[in-house]
Amino acid sequence: MAEMTYRDALKQALRDGMAEDDTVMVIGEEVGRYGGAYGVTKGLYEEFGADRMIDTPISEPAIVGAAVGAAMSGLRPVAELMYVDFIGMTMDQLGNQAAKIRYMFGGQVGVPMVLRTQGGTGRSAGAQHSQSLEAYVMHTPGLRLVMPATVSDAYHLLRQSLKQPDPVVFIEHKALYTMKEDVDLAAPAPEWGKARVHRTGDDLVIVTYSRQLHHALAAAEAMAGKGVEATVIDLRSLNPLDFDTVREHVERVGRVMVVSEGVMTAGVGAELSARIHEECFDFLAEPVIRVCGEDIPISVSVELEKNSVPTVAFIQSAGEKLVGLRSAA
Amino acid sequence: MTAPIDTAVAEKVPRSNTELLALYRQMRRVRTFEERVGELFVRGQSAGSMLHLSIGEESAAVGVASLMRDGDTFTTHHRGHGLFLARGADPKRMMAEIGGKEEGYCHGKGGSMHIADMGLGHLGANAIVGGGIPAVVGAGLASKREGKGAVSIAFFGDGAMQQGILYESMNMAALWDLPVIFVCINNQYGMGTRIEQATKGRALHERGLAFGLNSETVDGLDVRDVRAAAGRILDGARGGTPGFLAVECYRFFGHARMDKSPYRTPEDEEEGRAKDPVGFARKALVESGESSEADLEALDAEIAQEMDATIDFTVAAREPALQTMFRDVYAPGEPEPESVAARIDRILAGD
Ligand SMILES: Cc1ncc(C[n+]2csc(CCOP(=O)(O)OP(=O)(O)O)c2C)c(N)n1
Repeated sequence: MAEMTYRDALKQALRDGMAEDDTVMVIGEEVGRYGGAYGVTKGLYEEFGADRMIDTPISEPAIVGAAVGAAMSGLRPVAELMYVDFIGMTMDQLGNQAAKIRYMFGGQVGVPMVLRTQGGTGRSAGAQHSQSLEAYVMHTPGLRLVMPATVSDAYHLLRQSLKQPDPVVFIEHKALYTMKEDVDLAAPAPEWGKARVHRTGDDLVIVTYSRQLHHALAAAEAMAGKGVEATVIDLRSLNPLDFDTVREHVERVGRVMVVSEGVMTAGVGAELSARIHEECFDFLAEPVIRVCGEDIPISVSVELEKNSVPTVAFIQSAGEKLVGLRSAA
Repeated sequence: MTAPIDTAVAEKVPRSNTELLALYRQMRRVRTFEERVGELFVRGQSAGSMLHLSIGEESAAVGVASLMRDGDTFTTHHRGHGLFLARGADPKRMMAEIGGKEEGYCHGKGGSMHIADMGLGHLGANAIVGGGIPAVVGAGLASKREGKGAVSIAFFGDGAMQQGILYESMNMAALWDLPVIFVCINNQYGMGTRIEQATKGRALHERGLAFGLNSETVDGLDVRDVRAAAGRILDGARGGTPGFLAVECYRFFGHARMDKSPYRTPEDEEEGRAKDPVGFARKALVESGESSEADLEALDAEIAQEMDATIDFTVAAREPALQTMFRDVYAPGEPEPESVAARIDRILAGD
């Protein structure tokens, strides 16, 4: 067991992946000599050299497009987008090329690449550097979507992503890089695509992913103090989506909240909510509640930013209302 | 390095020491403003986690902005404080915006990287590298139709020279003879990447030439040179030939406030900082006898006082009220988005 940060776990996963498979290479802005905008790749340039840690100009569509071509040609590129907010610029290469090549070409070739990026709020970085755009990716058939919430998942899910036959979009959360945890790197990896149940309770189920897991867990602790016991599920990957685990707990408990930092309308929360309603309707005691980002851009003002996405207090109060706790009304 | 354009225009730009004093004054204001913003950040009173200072690039901002007229429009990048201030922005409202305060130009929603003021023709700073460039094509279309000789200028860094959108935009501007200018402030670095590590095409203005734009590269050391070159390019654009101008300068500090630039050598920094346009102008003023040291010290002190007052104003300014987060997603009078909390209450009130 060793204590490490989310950032170091990601680096270790890249390092181990590169050591194990010499077709793995990292390509992106400032990934090499600089060590990555958030320091994730620091030291890997010295270890693996310029051929495998490729610094690029500021040319996002070409970075992702080059990764697609490399992946079709026998390499395993890890392309890095400094912020998920830039994914729109690359959406042709990602959505029209990477995602569809296997299908369009009748299964002749796949695109085994990873697109690493980070998203979310928490650094007062303004409307163009704070978004949660996972719904763009989840909406595109052909792309896998992974969003680790814990240090151990950061390691294992990235390692597993490096072995996938199809393009994986791997979205880290900018507020988690310094989070620390004891991690057993030698422990068996979790099953790919499997959700993790962090807490079990009979009053309410909270389905979430990425940083909101931590908010949900804190809210669940606070609710426990008032006698409300919540089950908290971290989806870990949104594609593949482990709906079986969600179903099992929803059918047992009957009250569900989906918590996501992305904006509410047509977001990941909308998809989850629709699916729970469709597949677990007979077991629901209440409508599924979406606790998501407001339908607005993110402000640079710290207070506005913080309150435009779910906070611990907000998740708690929504949960208490859902279970009908008097004090919450 | 000059493109084949009407150089007679250069002579039309006045070149007197009185002019230099005015340019010096603006450059000093830009620098002092940036120094104060840097202090605000270190004190933890600036909102954004990212603050990009343009110290060392003052001649580009002031040289071009001093030739802009009412009706001209422009877009900037994430390092655009100097340009906006040189164009006449109120430093108090600027700094309040950087502090995320209600009194700021964008009511604390935009911050340093998204500052804008339509009144001054500032169509917006942009945190997407290259993101503000194509807007000048549209502004150029509007201005051409209006026929009042207004130009639209895109300011961006050398890093944006590697974004495809620049080339699409230059091509359209040239194709349609738009009153548009592309100004690359080449401070030699895009984050930690030196220009030589980002491109093999070194003469940046040649890319403008390739699309049929009036194009020049100018050394940013002497603001008068920048102003003269900008005058030529602007004159061409007002006459319907779009232009490209690269201003060669040096970014004195790190990419953002916390970046200590480990990717640069001390020698590189020393050499770069020697190309100080503010210091150069000051020296020229004293050497020509136009201003005495004492005059300039008094001027500097007056500016320092102005910028100290901007900090006080910013610190005292109000935080935006929470409900304002729903304002301006859509036009005034349109319904605001329903908050998640209100929605949940509405749904659960059903039983
Ligand atoms: C599309 C996009 N890619 C990457 C970034 C991250 N980033 C912000 S500034 C910057 C460097 C920009 O360099 P340059 O254009 O030369 O402007 P300078 O910072 O030198 O003023 C980078 C890579 C971004 N904001 N937008």
